[in-house]
Amino acid sequence: MAGPRHDDVSGSDRPPPPGANEQSAAEAPVGPLSYGRFGGPPTSDLPPGAPPLAHWIDARLPVLSYLRREYVEYPTPRNLNHLWNFGAFITVTLVLMILTGLFLALNYEPSVAGAFASVEAIDRQLPSGWLLRSIHMAGATLFFAALYVHIFRSLYYGSYKRPRELLWLTGMLLMFMVMATAFFGYVLPWGQMSFWGASVIVSAVSAVPLLGHALAALLQGGAILGDVAIHRFFVLHFLLGFAIAGVVGLHVLALHVTGSNNPAGIEARGPGDTLPFHPYYTSKDGLGLVVFLLIYAALVFFAPGWLTEADNYLPADPAVTPAEIRPEWYFSPFFAILRAVPSRSGGVLLAGLSVLLLCLMPWLDRSPVRSARYRPVYRPMVIVLAMAFLTLLAAGLHPPNGIWLLLSRIAAGCWFGFFVLLPFVHRIETPRTLPGQLAVADPA
Amino acid sequence: MTLPDRRRKRAWRRGLVLLPIVAAGLAPAAAGAQEAPPANHWSFSGPLGRFDRPSLQRGYAVYAHVCSACHSMRALRYGDLRGLGLTEEQVRLLAEGKPDAPLPAPFPDADAARAANNGALPPDLSRIAATLPGGADAIVAILTGYRSSRPVAPGQYDNPFVPGGRIAMPPPLHAGQVSFTDGTKADPDRMARDVASFLAWSASPHLEQRHRLGVRVLFYGIVLLVLTFMLKRKVWRDVR
Ligand code: HEM
Repeated sequence: MAGPRHDDVSGSDRPPPPGANEQSAAEAPVGPLSYGRFGGPPTSDLPPGAPPLAHWIDARLPVLSYLRREYVEYPTPRNLNHLWNFGAFITVTLVLMILTGLFLALNYEPSVAGAFASVEAIDRQLPSGWLLRSIHMAGATLFFAALYVHIFRSLYYGSYKRPRELLWLTGMLLMFMVMATAFFGYVLPWGQMSFWGASVIVSAVSAVPLLGHALAALLQGGAILGDVAIHRFFVLHFLLGFAIAGVVGLHVLALHVTGSNNPAGIEARGPGDTLPFHPYYTSKDGLGLVVFLLIYAALVFFAPGWLTEADNYLPADPAVTPAEIRPEWYFSPFFAILRAVPSRSGGVLLAGLSVLLLCLMPWLDRSPVRSARYRPVYRPMVIVLAMAFLTLLAAGLHPPNGIWLLLSRIAAGCWFGFFVLLPFVHRIETPRTLPGQLAVADPA
Repeated sequence: MTLPDRRRKRAWRRGLVLLPIVAAGLAPAAAGAQEAPPANHWSFSGPLGRFDRPSLQRGYAVYAHVCSACHSMRALRYGDLRGLGLTEEQVRLLAEGKPDAPLPAPFPDADAARAANNGALPPDLSRIAATLPGGADAIVAILTGYRSSRPVAPGQYDNPFVPGGRIAMPPPLHAGQVSFTDGTKADPDRMARDVASFLAWSASPHLEQRHRLGVRVLFYGIVLLVLTFMLKRKVWRDVR
């Protein structure tokens, strides 16, 4: 994929360094070891037409050729639909979260006495503080919304399959990190829901077999949820934002090894099947992003209270248990599984298992066909999985009795049933005929 | 069930926490029934809502002369009152030269507040319009909805707009209690509406900036959407 290599513009005509064997620097092997290391002339991977300064820089710090290779020329399947925009949505949201988060952190006080008041002061007195906070809060909601779509896209089109297993696993790692970050962040304003939500989670963690009590003690850091916990959560929340950015780097690195999957689930076979990332997918991602940001803005400016608990504007009071403790909507599906099980440790175990099973997707699914389009059995199953997820989401927002308890149990059954049946599906399923080429699969 | 419905329902129960009721000697018959607050027209409702400045200022006067005897608004500082449309000069006068000072709280802590109020805790009002189900409508309904000005039990008043129909707050508003500088007649209905507007402002002090900026951002975004749409079409035209 690398273009022709070019000698550095400074035009060094030094003789080959002592010890250099038959290979002269000019015909050095293409690869990471050939950047003029140990005395060879610095070379640039940029095309001949690039400006001299760009060559000069790239020969010493090959970021330009890297960006060019991975984000301009990068061959991308020609048939990606708008569900492939969501990775970009999450990335942009992550950047916004980190930027607004930095400014919030500058004005936040991690203590029982000061947390609630400092958040009020950000919202009321800090210039544009309300805007930062609103962007950060709506961002959490959109982050999860986009993440869940991203995951279901991957499930539907079989993007987790060989050779993308590690891409999938770095994604799962990201999901766990994002969940932890959201939990820690929600505790920081120290409102009623912060405090009681954190209490529920800490007690759920303590119900984890073996490690539970130690972990819960580590989180809480004292006899009660108080100053130590707030301080820990603040540091972890801050740290995790950047750690996520790092793992996203690995995620995208892994993606660029295999290239994107696509709605047909067959590999791109040649130039006719791919388009350079720029300008085709920069423009398609750009269009998707503008729609996404419009929705984001509508939430920030016109419905900041939607999907958040008004109760969190009451300061935390350990003496007053709220009548009902509900998680934010994005944790609701797992909360519903937790409550669908009569035993507490059983519930915690199943809620944890419900996500962990997703990690095993590449190995549970034994069918060689990726896309659900061509899989008459898997397709309805993965649709049921999505419906079960939405049902659990709704159930988690309602008190666990009557119809909602029943629904949550049925949906949990579907969720786990999916993973139990999955390893056997390939035996009974006759896949539809796969197209030979992407242009045939999805004519423009 | 819609979100507001659920909120309201949940808050029935939470109301027990906000406005604690001393159970002893309660008349059982009427207790438990809570009426839904009648809906008012508010200039600040809806996606383009604006506050009515004169009403906010009168509302602040009601808070300062009546409510603040028992209720704190800890999150507010005097400087925030600029948001009501007060001039720098007026803010300086109110704040006695210290615009960064918080509004004074009537009691040093919750225990002192309880001791002075028959064991009931008057809630802080900074965000009450957000946390009280029904918001500004509920505030008006509670303030003007007392069935009698006399207690039905020691420290308990009959009010159908709170959970259980009993509230520990005596009817706070009386005609002519405040004299508004703009000449508006201070009858309890007027005062209730004004103070509810003021509390709605306090619960979302940046509502107007938010809406104004929001309209611009959406407008800009829609123009950008048209442009990116055209760009994408142009780029993809030759893909067959
Ligand atoms: C912070 C969270 C995440 C970010 C920023 C992120 C970012 C991205 C980006 C930019 C892409 C390429 C564009 C696209 O296909 O949409 C991508 C692809 C992918 N991501 Fe993620 N991702 C995140 C989390 C996850 C999670 C939780 C999973 C699943 C467990 C996941 C699985 C995948 C897979 C399988 C692909 C390749 C899809 C394909 O080529 O068909 N990602 N991700």
